[in-house]
Amino acid sequence: MSSSSTSGCGKEDCGCVSRRTVMKGVGATLGAAAFARAIAPLTEWVDTLSVDEFLQRHYKELSLVDLKVVLRRLEKETKEQYGADVTISDTKPQEGVKFGYALNLSVCNGCRKCAEACHLENNHDRPSNQSYIRVFEMQKGSMDMEQGNAHYDKPVPQPDKFYMPVQCQQCEHPPCVDVCPVEATWKEPDGIVVVDYNWCIGCRYCEAACPYHARRFNWTKPVIPKEEINPNQGYLSNRIRPQGTMEKCTFCLHRTRNGRLPACLEACPTGARVFGNLLDPQSEIRWVLEHKRVFILKEDLGLKPQFFYFFDS
Amino acid sequence: MSAAPEASPSPSRPAFWRNFGRFLGNAALESLDGGKLFYIWMFCLTAIFLVGANAWAVQVRDGMALSNMSDHVSWGLYIANFTFLVGLAAGGVMMVIPAYLYHDEEMHDIVIIGELLAIAAIIMSLMFVICDLGRPDRFWHLLPPFGRLHFPVSMLSWDVIVLNGYLFINAYICAYLLYMRYLGQTPDPRWYVPFVFLSIVWAISIHTVTAFLYCGLGGRPFWNTALLAPRFLASAFVSGPAFIVLAIQVIRQAVGRHFGDGPIRTLVNIMRITILVNLLMVVSEVFTEFYTGGAHTSAARYLYFGLHGHDELVWWIWSSITLVAVAAVLMLLPSVFTKHWILNTACILAFIGIWIEKGMGLIIPGFVPSTLHEIVEYRPSAIEWKITAGIWALGLIIYTLFIKIAAGIVLNRTKLHAIPDEPPASESSPAPLPTL
Repeated sequence: MSSSSTSGCGKEDCGCVSRRTVMKGVGATLGAAAFARAIAPLTEWVDTLSVDEFLQRHYKELSLVDLKVVLRRLEKETKEQYGADVTISDTKPQEGVKFGYALNLSVCNGCRKCAEACHLENNHDRPSNQSYIRVFEMQKGSMDMEQGNAHYDKPVPQPDKFYMPVQCQQCEHPPCVDVCPVEATWKEPDGIVVVDYNWCIGCRYCEAACPYHARRFNWTKPVIPKEEINPNQGYLSNRIRPQGTMEKCTFCLHRTRNGRLPACLEACPTGARVFGNLLDPQSEIRWVLEHKRVFILKEDLGLKPQFFYFFDS
Repeated sequence: MSAAPEASPSPSRPAFWRNFGRFLGNAALESLDGGKLFYIWMFCLTAIFLVGANAWAVQVRDGMALSNMSDHVSWGLYIANFTFLVGLAAGGVMMVIPAYLYHDEEMHDIVIIGELLAIAAIIMSLMFVICDLGRPDRFWHLLPPFGRLHFPVSMLSWDVIVLNGYLFINAYICAYLLYMRYLGQTPDPRWYVPFVFLSIVWAISIHTVTAFLYCGLGGRPFWNTALLAPRFLASAFVSGPAFIVLAIQVIRQAVGRHFGDGPIRTLVNIMRITILVNLLMVVSEVFTEFYTGGAHTSAARYLYFGLHGHDELVWWIWSSITLVAVAAVLMLLPSVFTKHWILNTACILAFIGIWIEKGMGLIIPGFVPSTLHEIVEYRPSAIEWKITAGIWALGLIIYTLFIKIAAGIVLNRTKLHAIPDEPPASESSPAPLPTL
């Protein structure tokens, strides 16, 4: 840390430039050039972003006109980046509807058709074979998930096993929503927890907070062949997610809010899945809740999931 | 840097502010001037920083898939370092408390070494958060009024506030004291003492809030313990003083002046207590986990002994415990005050031990096994190590320059007006100066 306050020829204030000053200038220039070179990949990344995307407001702050502009822009970007013609809509929740899901563990045979249907319906990344549903092969006579196995590779069902699919439980008190620092995720009036993929900053705090391992992060830009892209898309559900953002199961709201059933239910060959409006006393799901032995996962956490498991008695 | 008992008459405001730009310029120039060793040190750090900057740019472009994090272990080396550095920043306050609360005059003279460390550590911890974001371009979403800060519900929003607040408070205190010294005036206690006391409370808050980030998650039993915040503080009050003791010794060598034996003694006495408290808390947690048993213990079992054949972290945690335990023994030796190598070894071991404990020993086992009890292991990728090294290098660059600026001003090399005779570093009141 020894330094000299004299400069140049040794006399103070003589006005000449010292060798030391010149070397500093050279060093600073080289350093700046090296820094520019080091962060050059950032410029390639910025080229893939648009100013409109950068400046886009939160979903809840968009007027109907703004939203329309955003939806058309996203369709255009999908065309540019993936070559597919898609329609991105934004169906709002219906009055007097609260969605619930129930799953019959007595008949689920672990075929994982639900997970596969989810993968296709929701435009998941193909190489990682992503899905919002994980199916656990469990030991009969135990609910200990530590004994469960999500990576089974043999014919199903095995005689001593039962099968438990797990996906987002759409909690009444979702911890993922509480922890998000930018309100990029919230619970809709029909009980579905959604993510604004264009507002999420990718901190993954919600993923850490979720007790059901229901959230997925886009560790890289999703890869999907043009012809496999599902063109029926929703802004808050199955549109192709941007790199670096969080996503999750939305009970296929682009389908269910239009009166259809979730893709996982339609794909289930055993009829293990029941979906419907919890507020409608005549609905099938209400019948299940009233007549079956029903339980929820991790009840002790007090999150009040709207996803129920039951056994045939 | 040093607080004089009496305040000098306040300068008129325009004169006070007129020279601030020149102060910054002088400080910057002075900080970049040094001997051969200084340039070699800065060159090496810059080279490491550039490697890290490049790795970060590639990670942002190609996605976080380049890290070894996964949907199961969604936070890794970055958040581990972030947590440790928040502690290091909070640990800086362990110089402020003796100086201002207990009027330790000798500590007063060099307390800025700790305050500058707090600034550098907070800058580093914020950089680690940025590097952990999938979309750093959307950082503005956190900034009201443009963004939507989820305050007060999200603990992360609290963390944003307390960390930036702590950065601001310490930057203000340091800038004020150094600028007054630069002007040759006595600092007015009314303009900094309230902020010093605020910074003491705030230092506790930054590490408490950071602990609450984790222990507020009911779905992760390994973190969901009330002991987390106190344990954070206890370990921070080891790692902070350990770094400061080492820094004081390096600065003594560089400046060529002997100072700070008293403060080092105080810091060692602090560490003697905090390191034992930290070890006691480790024992308490281990007892609760293993004597109780049950499914909630699986993360601790994985951490300490391995689970179902997976044992990535076992080596880490036992080396951490060993390092801290050996450091504790060394610090309790009476010769720690007389033999420098014992002191230095103890500080280095404690620092590394706590760095491991806050990373591999705390953040990662929170994710293994996952909330659905799957075991997915994590080992940082080369990109993650490069970025981490880059941020540490930048932090050391910042800290070195800060210390150089402070030393230049305190030793009266950087000054507004010439002072006839250079007073010693420990002189608490500067030489009389011409009026501005």
